[in-house]
Amino acid sequence: MILHFGILLGFQLVGEILARSFSLPLPGPVIGMVLLAILLLTRPRVGPAIEKTASGLLSHLSLLFVPAGVGIVQYLDQMSTIGLPLAAALVGSTVLSIAAGALTFKFVNQARGYKDERQND
Amino acid sequence: MTEILDIWSYLSTSPLLWLTLTLLAYLIGLGAFNLSGNRPFVNPVLISMILLSTLLVTTKTSYTTYFEGAQFVHFLLGPATVALAVPLWKNWQRIKKSALPMLAALVVGGLVAMVSATAIGYACGLRGEVLLSLVPKAVTSPVAIGVSETIGGLSTLTVALVLITGVIGAVVTTPLLNLIGVRDYRARGFATGVAAHGIGTARAFQVDGTAGAFAGIGMVLNAIFTSLIAPIFVQLFF
Repeated sequence: MILHFGILLGFQLVGEILARSFSLPLPGPVIGMVLLAILLLTRPRVGPAIEKTASGLLSHLSLLFVPAGVGIVQYLDQMSTIGLPLAAALVGSTVLSIAAGALTFKFVNQARGYKDERQND
Repeated sequence: MTEILDIWSYLSTSPLLWLTLTLLAYLIGLGAFNLSGNRPFVNPVLISMILLSTLLVTTKTSYTTYFEGAQFVHFLLGPATVALAVPLWKNWQRIKKSALPMLAALVVGGLVAMVSATAIGYACGLRGEVLLSLVPKAVTSPVAIGVSETIGGLSTLTVALVLITGVIGAVVTTPLLNLIGVRDYRARGFATGVAAHGIGTARAFQVDGTAGAFAGIGMVLNAIFTSLIAPIFVQLFF
């Protein structure tokens, strides 16, 4: 558990160092994730060892959002002016993005001559 | 009475109180989610945010004081992001098989999310840091925080926008995709993960296992895609 957590932290650390020293546009943890994915794909034996700690952490992923999310209190007095535009932007873009992404997947898949995997709902 | 006030003034500035209350608020949110039969709009994160914000406002506690305690939870976002490599690795064979439609849907879905959010926000009068905070709103929050900081947005506002995006996505995805006639669960899940990250992924898993797995991949890939594209997008249009 400690070792596996240490591995995750180690990859994050390497990611941060690479991001800073080459001023990469990616956040350090994302680089760490890509590096770990490469390691897992080339050395699959590492996978089962780290899997438990990783899925334990990921199963409580939503808790980790809370402290940053509470930061919205800093913008409460601005919400009367920016609240409505933000709501419009979020609803509009989310609907458009889901529709555009799903239709693109469907059409590219069909253009290759593949059938949809599931027809029923 | 003064004793209680003394205890309060000690506790309210110590990390212990706000760390404990963060976990407590989350447990209440999780309980409400379970009681509702896992309805997407009874979101545990949203409930915790509302509870804790209300508490901070009524006790006149600053966010800085709160965060001194809550930072211990916040810190875990980094290793959790690294841990996303595991589902990516586990689904690698399926990713390879549908690589082409996924790549196309990633580029279209990721770009549409970024461009339309910024365009609608701009049309409604948003400018500056607030508008920039909208750019990474489709991406899972540990990554969105990093992107927002990189491009000059307000990371705390971005997190709130990310979470609300997730809840919107989880609520609209099923009726929306039924309406436009996309039935393939790979397409449905993937697009939901790209547009609405972890909260959308959780919703997709409730509907179908395949949809859930592909939503997870969509979330991870859009995290990478948006991290790479957002700085370029901002340089071009800001």
